[in-house]
Amino acid sequence: MKRFSQLYKRLDSTTRTNVKIQAMTQYFGSADPADAAWAIYFLSGEKLRRLIPTKLLRQWAAEEAKIPAWLFDESYSSVGDLAETISLVVPEQESETTGSLSAWVEERLKPIQNMDEKQQRKVVTDIWHQNPAEVRFVILKLITGAFRVGVSKRLVTRALAEHTGICAEVIAHRLMGTWSPTPESFLRLSNPDINDAVISQPYPFCLAHSINRDSTPESLGNTNDFAAEWKWDGIRAQLIQRNSEIFLWSRGEELMENRWPEIEEAASLLPTGTVLDGEILATKPDGTVLPFSQLQRRINRKKVGRKLLHEVPVVFHAFDLLEEDGNDLRSLRWRQRREKLETLMSQVTNPHLKITELIPAHSWADWTEIRTLSRERHSEGLMLKRIDAAYDVGRIRGTWWKWKVDPYTIDAVLIYAQKGHGKRSSLYSDYTFAVWKEDELVPFAKAYSGLTNAELREVDRFVRRNTKEAFGPVRSVQPELVMELAFEGLQASTRHKSGIATRFPRINRWRHDKAAKDANTLGDVLDLLPGPSAGGGP
Amino acid sequence: MSTILQQTSRGFYCPQGDFYVDPSRPVDRAIVTHAHTDHARWGSRLYLAARSSEHLLRMRMSADAEFQFANYGETISVGGVQVSFHPAGHILGSAQIRLEYRGRIEVVTGDYKLGSDATCESWQPLRCHLLITESTFGLPVYRWPKQTSVFESINQWWRENRSQEQCSVLYGYAVGKSQRIIAGLDPSLGPIFCHGAVEKGNEAYRQTGVSLPPTIHTSHAEKSQRWAGAMVVAVPSAHGTPWLKRFGKISTAMASGWMAIRGSRRRRSFDRGFVLSDHVDWPSLLSSVDACEPETIWVTHGYSAVVARYLRQAGRDAISLDRWQRSVDHEEDGGTEKSDEEKSE
Repeated sequence: MKRFSQLYKRLDSTTRTNVKIQAMTQYFGSADPADAAWAIYFLSGEKLRRLIPTKLLRQWAAEEAKIPAWLFDESYSSVGDLAETISLVVPEQESETTGSLSAWVEERLKPIQNMDEKQQRKVVTDIWHQNPAEVRFVILKLITGAFRVGVSKRLVTRALAEHTGICAEVIAHRLMGTWSPTPESFLRLSNPDINDAVISQPYPFCLAHSINRDSTPESLGNTNDFAAEWKWDGIRAQLIQRNSEIFLWSRGEELMENRWPEIEEAASLLPTGTVLDGEILATKPDGTVLPFSQLQRRINRKKVGRKLLHEVPVVFHAFDLLEEDGNDLRSLRWRQRREKLETLMSQVTNPHLKITELIPAHSWADWTEIRTLSRERHSEGLMLKRIDAAYDVGRIRGTWWKWKVDPYTIDAVLIYAQKGHGKRSSLYSDYTFAVWKEDELVPFAKAYSGLTNAELREVDRFVRRNTKEAFGPVRSVQPELVMELAFEGLQASTRHKSGIATRFPRINRWRHDKAAKDANTLGDVLDLLPGPSAGGGP
Repeated sequence: MSTILQQTSRGFYCPQGDFYVDPSRPVDRAIVTHAHTDHARWGSRLYLAARSSEHLLRMRMSADAEFQFANYGETISVGGVQVSFHPAGHILGSAQIRLEYRGRIEVVTGDYKLGSDATCESWQPLRCHLLITESTFGLPVYRWPKQTSVFESINQWWRENRSQEQCSVLYGYAVGKSQRIIAGLDPSLGPIFCHGAVEKGNEAYRQTGVSLPPTIHTSHAEKSQRWAGAMVVAVPSAHGTPWLKRFGKISTAMASGWMAIRGSRRRRSFDRGFVLSDHVDWPSLLSSVDACEPETIWVTHGYSAVVARYLRQAGRDAISLDRWQRSVDHEEDGGTEKSDEEKSE
């Protein structure tokens, strides 16, 4: 338990991913398998069933600390964390924690739920008196079920991969479903025989290059050598069906469980030994693709409610077939794979699983013209794929090209600044920009990237010298700097003061040549909104 | 019954002696408890203070200010009021002000703490009729760990950073906290550098006769200075500024009573927080009230309403001087960020 609370402290006292992974790796390396199994359980966000009502904990803590209830509440509202408040107010005694994490959970914590209130109180107050403050704080976190320490399941997976020397995908597979915190489960994680996980293994994703805005696609060669599809802004994913089990992987090599139930259900119609590459998109039943902001409502939902399922239906748009009947097809040419994909998909009828549409053309001019329709369709442009190329690993130049439409640009005024994160934590590098609405500047986009380091330092100096007010970490500055912002999408939004939500805003360039009064107006921005004919959001 | 001191918009005023204690605005005669800027403010004509705060006060006040100093325990008569200064244990030269007039005794604690501090004299209880106490950390969540164990963990942190080739940057208020930290550092671990504002404080301490381990002003460092393994004591407002760039790989920590709360450390993203305060914590606030046996208690500066309510429930006559509540974060943080940035060499 002592070691686990030290781990907690280490994780809690850093914001650096690498330090967190290192702390966990060291813990897994030295912990007893039974303890490591429980550590995984808590670190990946699982909780014990609530053992004691917090009302009782508050009452007992106040009594132990010999303070009135109102004073405990004052303290709680100042500290903002129940477990922490309790461990601070209950007087500490000279004590030393004994017992392992697993013994604690199994022998001391879990039995609490079957006790009567009197026994519970005895156990809990004993815990307070017999452990130093920082350990009892962690124990209380386990009891109150509020154990959060800035670690995701993905980070735990990475640390376990490091600890076991087994690749992260296999670990992710082994962590799937409900983790049972037993020493056997932990030992199974480090089993070097990875056959169990083969079934879920995705292939490395083939990535596309962007066509430089200043060059023309003609330089790529003949149109006959390419096929074109819409380039969508969704979630790139591999959909796997092997032995009637379904696995859906994101490009970040994350196994997405239960997030897209309708796609998983549709995938059960696929023959076994099938791997599809495609894009998850929010799509209306009539086939209209919804903007990314709609899809965003479902990302990171571990469980999806019925309402959201109805409002944001998703479709897996398959554009490649990587495995058929258990055979790796990646060395086949694109057109051969496409042919097989078409045959396969013609046998599957499910509204949540579709094949992408190819866009025929006779010349670059055809595609250039069609590409201008991208925005109306909530597409980012066109994807061009060389039809005689194999499915490459990684970002190999020349097989797949992204041919995006030019971004929207707006000249806006920097009005708020905040310090960045990581390397940029000492610089005011995160900005909020505004446009004019009559005589008022209304904030409409935040942008974090696009300036050079030298420019960042210059803006940083400006912010420090021209701060008007500070609201916590945010500073409002004299509205003087004008930047050209580029963004991919625009959407009407009721949640933003400006009435507009931007997609992927970034700084294109610093308009030294413009003064604040020369910046664009909200009207200019609204003019860029796709017209009502384009479908828009629901 | 009438009191010797009255609460006014400029601070505590004594009509009998015609002086103020820690006035918030310029007055003719100011008695100050200690040299922190929120207690010793600019612009008054005459300052009356404890002898050992002389160098600090002169460092902070304009050259044409007029001073009068008294030793701890020495009594001065001001308009018939017997005024004396007694150690408050907060920083070097910090004093409780004891006023006696026609048999009635009133004490203003200023900022104070109990327990030992190598850089200043320890607080002493003063029996009085009226005690005016601060309450910066007046909640039962604040219980200070033993000073020795805090210094042990600071030195341990320094040692770890040194073994990882990192420079340790430790933040503390420029006057008081920083010198207390420096006195607790283990100079055998490496060189101790100080931010300009801290080094100025060090000089005043040394002039007063407090011995501190050797320190170097950061801007007097050699061009070729290797910062890995060194200790830099800096003001909190230097955190996250480009001033830190010169030190290369750093680990940052803050020493303050606020570090007792996890959230206050995390919000400002220090790598470590050390709980080291120069104010009374909850238990010592209560025990000092007991020791002074006052008939009445006025609670200021901090959680005054909470403390007054608690004392009343414990059967004491206590009121909260809410009007005097200040921004508590400000006090230990040391001035505004802007002014410190300008100062940062």
